Amino acid sequence: MIWASWNDFWAMGGYGLYVWGSYSVVALVLLLEVRAAGQRQRRAIAQVHEHKEDTDI
Amino acid sequence: MAINWFKYAAPTNFYGLAGKLIPWFAGFSLVLFAAGMYIGFFVAPADAQQGEFYRIIFIHVPTSILSMVLYMVMAGYAALGLIFNTRLSAMMASAIAPTGALFAFISLWTGALWGKPMWGAWWVWDARLTSELILLFLYLGFISLHASIDDPRRADRASALLAIVGSVNVPIIYFSVKWWNTLHQGSTIKFSGTSMHVAMQQAMFTMLAALWLYALAVVLARVRSIILERERHTHWAQEVAA
Repeated sequence: MIWASWNDFWAMGGYGLYVWGSYSVVALVLLLEVRAAGQRQRRAIAQVHEHKEDTDI
Repeated sequence: MAINWFKYAAPTNFYGLAGKLIPWFAGFSLVLFAAGMYIGFFVAPADAQQGEFYRIIFIHVPTSILSMVLYMVMAGYAALGLIFNTRLSAMMASAIAPTGALFAFISLWTGALWGKPMWGAWWVWDARLTSELILLFLYLGFISLHASIDDPRRADRASALLAIVGSVNVPIIYFSVKWWNTLHQGSTIKFSGTSMHVAMQQAMFTMLAALWLYALAVVLARVRSIILERERHTHWAQEVAA
C-alpha cells in the first residue's frame, strides 16, 4: 500500500481537485455515452415498429 | 476453408456479428479498466518531479492517442465509402465520430486539469493543444455536416470529404511537439524506449487497452442503431426488431 490512509489517497498530495476532477468527468462522459447508445438503439427499434404500422394499414 | 470476407460488408450481416462481439469487448474493457486503475493508483509510485497529479496521465495519454487513432480510422472508412460506395463504411465513419469527439474532449479536459498544477495555466495557445482543439472541431464539424443533409447517402459523401481533408491535422498533432517549441512535453513513450517507471507504463497501457475495447464496443453498438435506422423500411429490419 502506497498510501498512509484513505484521506491521504483522496487528497492526492494536495492535488485531489485536479486528479479527481479528471477521472470523475471521464466516468460521467463515458456513462452518458453508454446510456445514449442504449437510448438510440431503443429509438431505432421503435422507428422500425412505427414503419411497420404505417405499411400495415 | 474458404471464408467469404465480403459477407460482413453487408450491413444486415454485420448487425448480427456486432451484436455478438459487443459483450466481449465491453466485458474485457471493464476488467482491464479496473486493473489499470488499480495499478495506476495503488501500485505506481508518486512521480519524482510531479508528485501525485501526474496520475492524470493514465487517462490523458490513452484518450489523446485514441482521439487521433479514431480519427484516422473514421477518415479511412469515409474514404472507403467514397471510393467503393460501400454503405457500411460510411455508417462506421458516422458511428466513430461521437466517440472520437468525446475522447478529444476528455483529452483537452484532463490536459487542462494537468496543465494548471504543472504550468500554472488551464490553457495555452500551444501547438499541441491547439491542434487537438482543431481535432475536436473536425469531429463536431463532421457530425453537424452529416446531420444537416437530409439524404443520408449525400450526407455520407459530403462528410467523408471533410473527414479526409481534416486527416492532415492528425500528423500535425503527433509531430507538433517536435516541429514547434511547445510547452507540452514530448512523447513519454518513444520507439527507442522510455524513462517511465514500469508500473506507470503498465497502468497506462492497461488503460489504453481498456479504452480501446470500450471504443470498439460503443462504436459497434452505435453502428447497429445506424443500420436499423437506415434499413427500417426493409423486411430484414422488421424481423430483427420483432
